[in-house]
Parts: sequence; C-alpha cells; structure tokens
Amino acid sequence: MHLIFFFVFAGFCLAGAINLLLQSHPTISALSLIVVMVSLAVLYLLLGAEFLAAAQVIVYAGAIMVLFSFVIMLLNASREERTMGSSAARVVGFPAVVVILAVIATVILHAQGLGVARLSDNLSNVKGQTNLDLLGVELFTKLLLPFEVTSILILIAILGAVALARHDGEEQERTGEE
Amino acid sequence: MSSFLQQEVPLSWYLLLSAALFSLGVVGFLIKRNLITVFMSIELMLNGVNLSFVTFAHQWNAVKGQIFVFFVMMVAAAEAAVGLAIIIAVFRARATLAVDRIDRMKL
Repeated sequence: MHLIFFFVFAGFCLAGAINLLLQSHPTISALSLIVVMVSLAVLYLLLGAEFLAAAQVIVYAGAIMVLFSFVIMLLNASREERTMGSSAARVVGFPAVVVILAVIATVILHAQGLGVARLSDNLSNVKGQTNLDLLGVELFTKLLLPFEVTSILILIAILGAVALARHDGEEQERTGEE
Repeated sequence: MSSFLQQEVPLSWYLLLSAALFSLGVVGFLIKRNLITVFMSIELMLNGVNLSFVTFAHQWNAVKGQIFVFFVMMVAAAEAAVGLAIIIAVFRARATLAVDRIDRMKL
C-alpha cells in the first residue's frame, strides 16, 4: 500500500511538474503547481511529517498559490509566446541541468546506508509523543530566536510588498499635482 | 493491517524524486518566457529541496530537517509576497510580462 501511494503521488508530482513546463497559459501552470504541492504533502505524510504536510497544504497550496493566481488574474496574464530563450541558456543551461541531475542521481544510487521508509515509523522514541510535539518543543526552546527573527522578516516582507505595489500610484498623484 | 504498515519504500527513491523535481524547476526557469511562470519554477525548486530535507529527517530520525523545511516555507511565503509585488511593479512600468522584453535596468 505504501508502495502504491508512493508511486501514485510521485507520478502526480512529476506529471504536474512536466505539465507546468509544457502549458503556455500561466493559470494552468499554477494549477499544475498546486497538484505538485498537494502530492508532496501526501509524500510528507508517508515520511512521517504530519505537521509539514498540513503546513504544505495551508501555506503553499493555499496562501502562496492563491497569491499567484490572484496576480495572474490581476495582470490579466495571457498565453506566453515561445521563443528559444537565450543562447546562454541553450549552451550552458541545459547541459548543466543534465550534469546536475546525473551527479545527484549517481551519488544517491551509490550512497551506502540509506534507509527505508515505513508508515509506522515515527521520529520520536517516546510513546505518545507526536511529530508536532517534537517540532514545537524544538522550535520554542532551542530555536526561539530564529523563529522570532522569521516573524520580523515576514513583517518586513509585508511592508516591502505594500510599498512596492503602491509605488506607481504615488507617482501618478505627484504628476497630477503638477 | 500490519503488512500495510510494514511495507517499505527505499529512501533513495524519494531523493531521486526530489532531484527530478529540482531539475524540472531549473528547466522551467530556463525555458519559460513568462515572468510569473519563471517565478513558479523557483517555487518548484524550493519544493524539490524540501522533499530532500524531509527524507533526510526520516533517515536520521532527527526533527531538525523538518524545522529547516518549516523555515524554508516561511521564507518562501515572504519571498512570494515581495516577488509578486515586484512583478506588479514591473508590469506597471513595462506593460509586459515577457522576460525577453524586460532586458533593461532603466526605462
């Protein structure tokens, strides 16, 4: 059953990613990216990361992709025109991708001591302690400072996004005054 | 039920899937010509790397990998907000989303 789940959702993942590349309309690309993210959430569940599976669906497939589709609709993005890209991408980019994939795959396939994943596996050795308990304790004791710094980062990002997106309106107001 | 729980999948398959997702993200970054889809390819790369982190967290029975993924998600959310705001600003200035036509620093 675990094998079947893995193959089905790994297949969805790859199919969604390839569809993202092949489609020329950004809306359809965004929808295939949502398929990839939800399938990844199922794979996280198989690997025993329940909290991350939920966060993946809520944050990635929910918040971030809604933002993407909102911007696509706001800017009325239409079909992209296909060009062959820059010559640098053709000459350096694609061989580099092939080399990266080949190197990573060789390293993984020759790696010793890589384990197996079972559905019954749990990161905790203590009975009754869930994945969320472990994450919460680690996050709010040892890693409290990085956690708080991240909240400041998000606050700055919100302010930056607002400032960037409304910049044009201010200029129009200024030219209107003149 | 016990056979359902005991079935095994080698972790190397998860890592290969993550490498494939990352490479597809890089290919998308190179071939897509729309600013928004280029940005989506970056999200795809981030997701591929996240899968590696979760796999290694499972391998080493440590929660640190999952915490890394949590922080990557938070930073990706911030990055998406700022990036899309920049895309809106670029669209207002150039009235196009095609990366081939956005090739000057200054108007």
